Amino acid sequence: MAALRLKAISHPLIRPLDLDIDAGELVFLSGPSGSGKSLLLRAIADLDPHQGEVWLGSEARSALAPPIWRRRVGLLPAEPFWWGDAVGEHLPHGVMDAATTQDRIGGWLGILGFERDVLDWEVARLSTGERQRLALIRLLAQGPEALLLDEATANLDPANRDQAERLIDDYRRTATAAVLWVSHDPVQRQRLGSRAYTILDGALVPEP
Amino acid sequence: MTMIHLSPWDLGIASILIFLLAGMSWRLRLGVERRVLIAASRSAVQLTLVGMVLKLLFAQTNLALIGLMALVMLSVAGFEVMQRQKRRYRGGWGYGIGAFSMFLSSFSVTLMALTVVIGVEPWYQPQYLIPLLGMMLGNTMNGVAIALDNLTRQAWESRGKIEARLLGGQSWETAIQDIRRDALRSGLIPIVNAMSTAGLVSLPGMMTGQILAGSPPMEAAKYQLLIMFLISGGTGLGSMVAVWLGSRRLFDDRQRLRLDRLADGSKF
Repeated sequence: MAALRLKAISHPLIRPLDLDIDAGELVFLSGPSGSGKSLLLRAIADLDPHQGEVWLGSEARSALAPPIWRRRVGLLPAEPFWWGDAVGEHLPHGVMDAATTQDRIGGWLGILGFERDVLDWEVARLSTGERQRLALIRLLAQGPEALLLDEATANLDPANRDQAERLIDDYRRTATAAVLWVSHDPVQRQRLGSRAYTILDGALVPEP
Repeated sequence: MTMIHLSPWDLGIASILIFLLAGMSWRLRLGVERRVLIAASRSAVQLTLVGMVLKLLFAQTNLALIGLMALVMLSVAGFEVMQRQKRRYRGGWGYGIGAFSMFLSSFSVTLMALTVVIGVEPWYQPQYLIPLLGMMLGNTMNGVAIALDNLTRQAWESRGKIEARLLGGQSWETAIQDIRRDALRSGLIPIVNAMSTAGLVSLPGMMTGQILAGSPPMEAAKYQLLIMFLISGGTGLGSMVAVWLGSRRLFDDRQRLRLDRLADGSKF
């Protein structure tokens, strides 16, 4: 659908950097801890004050209302928070009313090994891995046109990790979403095969 | 009924209780004897001074002097609200939000009471204005301080949740609405409690004072009721303004949660 382009994005840890991610393209990002990877994703989602501009297709972020930008450029934090009691409360308002989106979300839940009644479960009783997988579904339910994933599969066992990777890959293809994925796992980067960058001393270095 | 005047000798007898309390604290090693004595002397000096200032004000009915007095009261209340915050807004906001919301609520409600309800001539007659305003400020100060403290404290602790809501595409107002509601409620609870137990457990301070000074009990009760309604309205209005301004200040024009606008108040 739309490419994600960063123009001179900078914050205290990162020197102004440019990055173009095509629609439907996957780009991996790694770097030592504290190098500013998560801060870069937060900056793109416009959660922290910073300099620079981001484009989604032909639309500039500064021209869009922040809630709309964050819905369309979805960030999955390394530690997803839940504000309500039940899982279902966190889905965007009204998505479970329409039959089509209901089926889509039901399908995603199936891929990640959940029944549909998981939406009635209490968040407090979920395990870390379950929360991480459900946070991914919560994000996809927003229908984002670009994805910013921060260690999206770090707390998952290999079987669940593979399923989550498959779900993300399916979504990227069907929605032709640009995906920027922070991952420490070199094997994962090889497995999914894509451009990869490292953040070193505040600059973006392409990986071979 | 006439008022029975208290002589310095009467107050001296009452002050024996304070010395007894301090002695007990020293004997039982509670460690508060110094603070008790200092607080008691402070109240003696402050109340004597206020009494003298009011005597002067009452004799003149000068609008400028009364305005100055009101300003002093407001600025002290604003300072007190700031002191009570664990996490303060940086810059002038820490003082400004509290002082402005108290100004808006206390002054408007007092003005309404003077002109419409009591109907004093002239409306700024200090005998009515100063005690009324003082009572309004004292109580809105409580409400505003509690509500603001609750707001900033909860926002600080719920950073992850608020940002998760922002990331879900919610507006800043939706993302903070639960915390806002909670903060407002906490600011209103003291006055609601005071109203519902008024007269059952103890007579409210003002009513006690009026009765001791010789007013008929029914008159004192009516005045107390009036004051309670005014205070509730003022506290509600003040807390609402403070919570609205405070929560707005927690977000910037790009609807980012800006906890960096808060400082840790315990450091000061």
